Amino acid sequence: MTSPTLKAAEVEFIGVSKRYGFGPIAIDKLDLTVRPGEFLTLLGPSGSGKTTALNLLAGFQMPTSGQILIDGADISALPAYKRNIGVVFQHYALFPHMTVRENVGYPLKQRRVAKDELRRRVDEALRMVAIEAFADRLPRQLSGGQQQRVAVARAFVFQPRLLLMDEPLGALDRKLRESVQLELKRIHRELGVTVVFVTHDQEEALVMSDRVAVFDAGKIQQVGTASELYDAPLTKFVAQFLGESNCWVGDVTHQSSDRSTVSGPGWTVKGTRIEQTPSSGRAAVVVRPERCSLVARGDAPAGWNEIPGLIRDIVYLGSLRKVVIDLEAGGTAVVSSRPETEFPLNRAVSVAFPISSARTLPAAE
Amino acid sequence: MSVSSGITGKQTGAVSRPFLARLDQWWLLALPVFLFLAVFFLYPTSIILLRTFTEFDAPQSGGLDNLAWFLGGEANRTILFRTILVAAVSTILTSLIAFPYAYLMTVVSARTRTVMLGAVLISMFFGILLRNFSWVVMLQYQGSLNDVLVALGLNRIRFLGTMPAVLMGMTHILFPFMLLPLYAVLRGIDRRLVLAAQSLGATPSRAFWQVYVPLSTPGFVAGSMLVFVLALGFFVTPALLGSQQQSLLSQLMFTQFDKTAAFGRAGAMALVLMIAATVFVVLGNAISRTSRAYEAS
Repeated sequence: MTSPTLKAAEVEFIGVSKRYGFGPIAIDKLDLTVRPGEFLTLLGPSGSGKTTALNLLAGFQMPTSGQILIDGADISALPAYKRNIGVVFQHYALFPHMTVRENVGYPLKQRRVAKDELRRRVDEALRMVAIEAFADRLPRQLSGGQQQRVAVARAFVFQPRLLLMDEPLGALDRKLRESVQLELKRIHRELGVTVVFVTHDQEEALVMSDRVAVFDAGKIQQVGTASELYDAPLTKFVAQFLGESNCWVGDVTHQSSDRSTVSGPGWTVKGTRIEQTPSSGRAAVVVRPERCSLVARGDAPAGWNEIPGLIRDIVYLGSLRKVVIDLEAGGTAVVSSRPETEFPLNRAVSVAFPISSARTLPAAE
Repeated sequence: MSVSSGITGKQTGAVSRPFLARLDQWWLLALPVFLFLAVFFLYPTSIILLRTFTEFDAPQSGGLDNLAWFLGGEANRTILFRTILVAAVSTILTSLIAFPYAYLMTVVSARTRTVMLGAVLISMFFGILLRNFSWVVMLQYQGSLNDVLVALGLNRIRFLGTMPAVLMGMTHILFPFMLLPLYAVLRGIDRRLVLAAQSLGATPSRAFWQVYVPLSTPGFVAGSMLVFVLALGFFVTPALLGSQQQSLLSQLMFTQFDKTAAFGRAGAMALVLMIAATVFVVLGNAISRTSRAYEAS
């Protein structure tokens, strides 16, 4: 891009709450900082408040309380058209009665950019998303992936300081989605703009983001890089929403400085204790399937957790194999392993994992 | 089926035969309708139009005399012009009223929408005569509208027999014909397009005029065609709420038909009216061919 690098915005949510009418609270005292130039993803199941957060930032809705700052200035009361934020909508929201060129030129026309300049910048934006060959087509005449590119070009052509994307890849098929993910990453890199991205797809979030904010029930559960969230979840929800987790909920029966022991009827598991681990009462122990091994009964290495069960199912996933175990104490566990050794169904085995691989977390939702 | 299999080739038969077979069935199903239209619409219409050129009352004697009589008379031309004007004003008035109503219907809850739709449709159930009579009751010198004027400290106005009274009645009766096609189009407009325009820097009013209004064009065109063409031939409302001095074309036609039995002259008027309606419909079609708003659907 020949134009100067955009000034990337810093966004702060300070105690932002949103309630629709007298309904349940959609966002509950949200505190979140998006760093300049960062690609931050709001991840959560539907109804978790992530889209509401985006709508508040775009100015489509007003917060019930709290402040939203961009580069330190409170924009809570600023109408959408004065915010200078590019938005890519879930189903693109291209103007059906305008050509690709007119769609991408629309924000420039609103800013009364001179005709020549407008044409130059539209061409440049179209080139950047490789859609210049379709400039004079109407949106209806484009495929989903092409429409998506137009929507992206329209959102950044006026050099906004912040780009918002609301599940922009949701309508694309899987293969196309992967190539568009890489393309969006490239555009983010080239523009240097701050991006806030909303998705319910955890894989997409992990692939694309610098950091991910995990939403549930109107609250942020945890903000962090992909590996922080995956390897060091702070809540049971995060552990289970990102990737697969084995999880046991019981009572804390013993604790030392760095370990907690959690017990339920017929089982006891030790795990790493973290700051958030309750010192008594209910707690959850979570461990990733790939950190678990299948061993013969009583064969677990010294100091490992061992939970007995029967092999119920084996799912082949190419290089990995997923083994589902019915636990004797009730419930199931999943173990990922390489398919070197054969395990017959219904074999009595034990799920074993080191104490350091398990984490004890608050049990509350 | 037997016809289609006879005319399709061996190679293309596999593809085209089911389509033609289906076509045959549909034509067969529609046949009674075609017959009905032919007997009860096409035949009488052609007879009336034909009489323009075959039936003459003195001083007309032949050829295009009936048309010449109609277009030559200053009073007749005034009535023709007035009829087109009234139809145009009715179209404009109904669209002005129907647009906010239809828009509201797209944003309210499903239950409110049903009530709003019912309120419009239910008045159609009472028959056109009763609806016109209720306007007589409302507009007469001692009627409810004048009572309101008096309560506001104004003088009574003689509404009945005036153009405004005719327009009020026609706007009311034609309103559903504008509302329904308009609502059908507005319902299909993605309102996030307006939000998108705002996020791109358009003020709410510019977003509305540049995005929402252009996309509603198909609804206005469809509604206008219905309302304008219906209004051109309106008879009961102008007869009851208007006056002989301010009559419309259908009233004049009725006089020629009923009082003087000059079928040729009535036919000439019908022909002119039909041409006016056709011109308007062709115009509407031209708009729909050039407007890109039709790309939305």
